Amino acid sequence: MWREIFASLMRNKLRTALTGLSVSVGIFLLIFLLGAGNGLIHAFEKNSGQMALNVMQLSPGITSKPFEGLEEGRSIRFEARDIPLSRQAGRSRVMAATGSASQTITISYGENTSTGSLVGHYPENFSIRKMKLVAGRYINAIDMQERRRVLVLGERVATDLCGSPAQAIGKIVSADGAAYRIVGVYADKGEMGEMQAHTPFTTLQTIYNQGNNVPTILLQTHNAASVEGDSILRSDLRRALAARHRFDPTDEKALWMWNSARGAEETAKAMSILRNALWFIGLLTLLSGVVGVSNIMLITVKERTHEFGIRKALGARPWSILRSVMAESIIITAFFGYIGMVAGIAATEWLNVVAGTKAMEVADMKMEVFLNPTVDLGIAVQALLVLVVAGLVAGFVPARKAVRVKPVEALNAR
Amino acid sequence: MLHLQNLHKTYQGAAPLHVLRGITLDIAPGEFVSIMGASGSGKSTLLNILGILDNYDEGEYILDGQPIKNLSESRAADLRNRMIGFIFQNFNLIPYKNALENVALPLYYQGVSRKKRNALALEHLERLGLREWAHHLPNELSGGQKQRVAIARALITKPRIILADEPTGALDSHTSAEVMQLLTELNAEGMTVIIVTHESGVAYRTKKIVHLKDGVIESIEENLHPSDNPFGDLMK
Repeated sequence: MWREIFASLMRNKLRTALTGLSVSVGIFLLIFLLGAGNGLIHAFEKNSGQMALNVMQLSPGITSKPFEGLEEGRSIRFEARDIPLSRQAGRSRVMAATGSASQTITISYGENTSTGSLVGHYPENFSIRKMKLVAGRYINAIDMQERRRVLVLGERVATDLCGSPAQAIGKIVSADGAAYRIVGVYADKGEMGEMQAHTPFTTLQTIYNQGNNVPTILLQTHNAASVEGDSILRSDLRRALAARHRFDPTDEKALWMWNSARGAEETAKAMSILRNALWFIGLLTLLSGVVGVSNIMLITVKERTHEFGIRKALGARPWSILRSVMAESIIITAFFGYIGMVAGIAATEWLNVVAGTKAMEVADMKMEVFLNPTVDLGIAVQALLVLVVAGLVAGFVPARKAVRVKPVEALNAR
Repeated sequence: MLHLQNLHKTYQGAAPLHVLRGITLDIAPGEFVSIMGASGSGKSTLLNILGILDNYDEGEYILDGQPIKNLSESRAADLRNRMIGFIFQNFNLIPYKNALENVALPLYYQGVSRKKRNALALEHLERLGLREWAHHLPNELSGGQKQRVAIARALITKPRIILADEPTGALDSHTSAEVMQLLTELNAEGMTVIIVTHESGVAYRTKKIVHLKDGVIESIEENLHPSDNPFGDLMK
């Protein structure tokens, strides 16, 4: 049987090769697209792992509904006391709350000066933002309680002012006539923008009488990733803040909330859509190859009708003819598909070498652009299965046509 | 061996064509029969039905005790393979297979191993004097050689009947005589041979001539001394 099929394939070498090429290209693109897609997905997964996923961000907005005699269009402002309030309102779903306020200052140490913001933070800011320290420590509870004048500087500023992060620890710097002790240096490599010096929130409040304007509140959440948990937390927060700031609890525009845990779920959904879209495009490309094979098989069957007639007269059963046409089609698709698959895998490996380790450094973390853009064994096996099915599909219509011709008609065909 | 009772066949189409209008015929084992008629007389249709290559509408066809009616394609293929050896006017050899492979092909469909079927095929080719040509492709053979390969192929399954459709139609008179001689010898060994032809020269080499006209049997002629009729003289 195999001899028969190979003999038949060898008679039309060019035709077989050209048809097979379209299958090769199809499977090559499928593998290549999936590999490249995987590169993006892997990079994204790694990057999002560097950011805290259980954070709810609150920002005040402008009312869009009148409430208790107050007109719409009122700006809401968060104040310092809203931070503990949101923590309580969230009940068991909020583990920590932080907010910040800032003041423009110029820091000087000896001859060196640096201008930027003095930002009042809560100790929880450190874990919520997944910050990294280069030297010293971060703001702690005692700093908050005693309103200590301590600073945590960024690596760049610390280096500019004192020579190196290690040297900066313990130094006293002055800002607007007040003295501060540097207690820590955080990593800010690659971070854009102006200098940011972190100080306890309470210290900033005391010195500048600041704290009546908190632009955002960050909450570290627990059990808020599900649709249900998310909506309970949102309504709890909305109710509490609405009561204090006197806006309609149903007013969506008075309070903005963004839950990164829900965001992660949506990101995962987006990634799976991306993956499916790539499969879809790849399969469509493959389909055009399969249609090509089917077409060629139809021509082959038509050319061989007379031969099939002879075979039928000599006692070939329908199954034997069906089998030989189907096998021929599967061999073409499997052989050329395999070539395409190997080429595709080689191409993704090449991509891995060339672009697989591309990363941008943003802030204190490495942002991967493209990570391990290869396909795993599972996908290769799936692709192989797709190939065999493709061969069956491509061969079926022509094979059925070959079988259906009556022996006497096939014998008379020329 | 072969029994036909009131067989009818109509080709459906824009104008239905009633080709066979009640054929009743019995052929006993070992007979050497020719079916003769002008073109359009229905003789090819009759041969196709006898060879189970085509079906019929009405009547009865019993081949070696087996009613031939409403058979599945697979069953029909098996019967053709084991009971009937075909010889065609245009040889119907598979062009990309050599003589040996062509002869061995019916055994392939019986599931005989390659080694065994090639040995048998070589034996048959040798008997027909084609041993040296076993590995030649059909287009490297002369017409007479091709027809002898086809005869070897028809014989390899040891069928009960040989059905020959104009076996000399594509051959010159000399090779025609050789082929008819071969068929006569086969019949002498006890094989049932049925030939369809429009050439009286061929028909008169057989022992029984069935004259077909417009889909009915006109007459059946016993030919007691087939060899008395010099072949060449009647080739016209």
